[in-house]
Amino acid sequence: MRDERPVEMLLGLVALSTTTALVLIAVFIFIEGVPVIARVGPAQFLLGRRWAPDAGSFGIFNMLAGTVWVTVGALCLGVPLGLACAIFLSEVAPRPLARMLKPALELLAAIPSVVYGFMGVVVLVPLVRTTLGGPGFSVLAASAVLAVMILPTITSITYDSLRAVPDSYREGSLALGAGRWQTIAMVLMPAARPGILAGVILGTGRALGETMAVLMVAGNALRAPTSPLDPVRTLTANIALEMGYAQGEHRQALLATGLVLFVVIMAANSVALALSSRRAGEGG
Amino acid sequence: MSKDRADRLAITALGLSGLLTGALLTLIVGHVLARGLPVIDAAFLLTAPERMGRAGGIFPSVVGTLAVTALAVAIATPLGVMTAVYLAEYTREGFFVRLCRFATAALAGIPSIIFGLFGFVLFVIRLGLGWSVLSGGLTLAIMILPIIIRTAEEAIRAVPRSWREISYALGGTRWQTVTRVVLPGALPGVLTGVMLGVARSVGETAAVILTAGTTLRLPRSPLDPVRTMAVHFFILAREGISMDQAYGTAAVLILLILGVNFVAYWLLGRITARRG
Repeated sequence: MRDERPVEMLLGLVALSTTTALVLIAVFIFIEGVPVIARVGPAQFLLGRRWAPDAGSFGIFNMLAGTVWVTVGALCLGVPLGLACAIFLSEVAPRPLARMLKPALELLAAIPSVVYGFMGVVVLVPLVRTTLGGPGFSVLAASAVLAVMILPTITSITYDSLRAVPDSYREGSLALGAGRWQTIAMVLMPAARPGILAGVILGTGRALGETMAVLMVAGNALRAPTSPLDPVRTLTANIALEMGYAQGEHRQALLATGLVLFVVIMAANSVALALSSRRAGEGG
Repeated sequence: MSKDRADRLAITALGLSGLLTGALLTLIVGHVLARGLPVIDAAFLLTAPERMGRAGGIFPSVVGTLAVTALAVAIATPLGVMTAVYLAEYTREGFFVRLCRFATAALAGIPSIIFGLFGFVLFVIRLGLGWSVLSGGLTLAIMILPIIIRTAEEAIRAVPRSWREISYALGGTRWQTVTRVVLPGALPGVLTGVMLGVARSVGETAAVILTAGTTLRLPRSPLDPVRTMAVHFFILAREGISMDQAYGTAAVLILLILGVNFVAYWLLGRITARRG
């Protein structure tokens, strides 16, 4: 028989491609981003309110605040809807209907973010402006667009973890005289909690990192917002807006902004991955 | 509140949220197609834009999109399939496999703007490739790698064990078994992953705008910059150049992505049918 060890070694090397990519991304973003953070000082970089690249002052606080406002808003709108949708698909909807809605959800995930942004501009922004006032380009518009965009992530992961709860839990609860809602709220949701949490965290990661859609609807003002109707600029939008012409230290400062995002999202996703590797129902 | 009333209320609310999700998709796709389809004809797809995209077609963007996507898929597919083969056929669960799985999942969760920054620093600047088809394709390849690995691995694991046993019983080596039995059996699933990668590449903006550029010209070499359809649509809409042209471009994007997704799920359906 031919010696197949070389093949096996080659495959093993290739299997390291994602690890290599991850390490390379981390290394290059760190190399480019750290010098500016070191010069400005981490506290001043994160909490400084003045972002004036021409004057060499790089404080990202206002954009950090923008990102937090927009993400929290997206979660407030998207999590309840996403969970409800997952429960509906898993526990309530008749099979044929669920079989139609599930692909619809996957297609919602496939729509490019520029299309979401565009829909936000032509539908949501005018709606916010006429009904609630302000410029329309706002935290609220951005949050609403993001809520729809993170819906597929939250729903599909919650759906999978609800499906993973053994049927004996449902039967046991119903046999004890609980209603369908009581079964869902008191038995199934707690049993599926780690998975649901993982879905919400991954959705948060998506919202934090989304760029083009937010850039199109958020208004991009360089101030920390004080109301949901204020325009904001997120960290990601700032990178996309300025990267095209940034040079020298300005460019490095944008990469440092990317570094902050990278660290936050990697941390959040590691938690989500750890949670989702625990099987649903174990804690129940 | 009685148990039955709580149930009825909850089920109504849950049903409404399910309906809302379905309605959102229909509204978004319907709106874009209703305004965009009338703009699309052969000339729109096959002629060059005039006056920065105010009139004329989107031909350079179509070519740019196809070039960047083809390159991304051509790089990511062999890497992804080989990784999946290794994970599914050659190793047992252990540190190495856990590391690969973590890296794959983590890579899938990284936002596209970070891929864009990385591609800009490494390919555009350090390797001196500039804003180009090559830089864009390489960046997208890394971005779609996790999708291809995951679907391919699932497809390989779905190939019945008995097929492998027959191959070994006939004296096949592991490599022969993989290439002549397992991979042909897993082909539809592997193609599903490739199709999903295509859809992701076609619709991507943030990563591409930083690595492939925004030049609205027909590329003549892989080192030329291009403006993909998604980027072209973004610029048309953002700078208010032409609403009609923007809708037209968006409709082409949506049709392409939905089409590719339908093929992907049709292929996936064929495997599930065989397994069941």
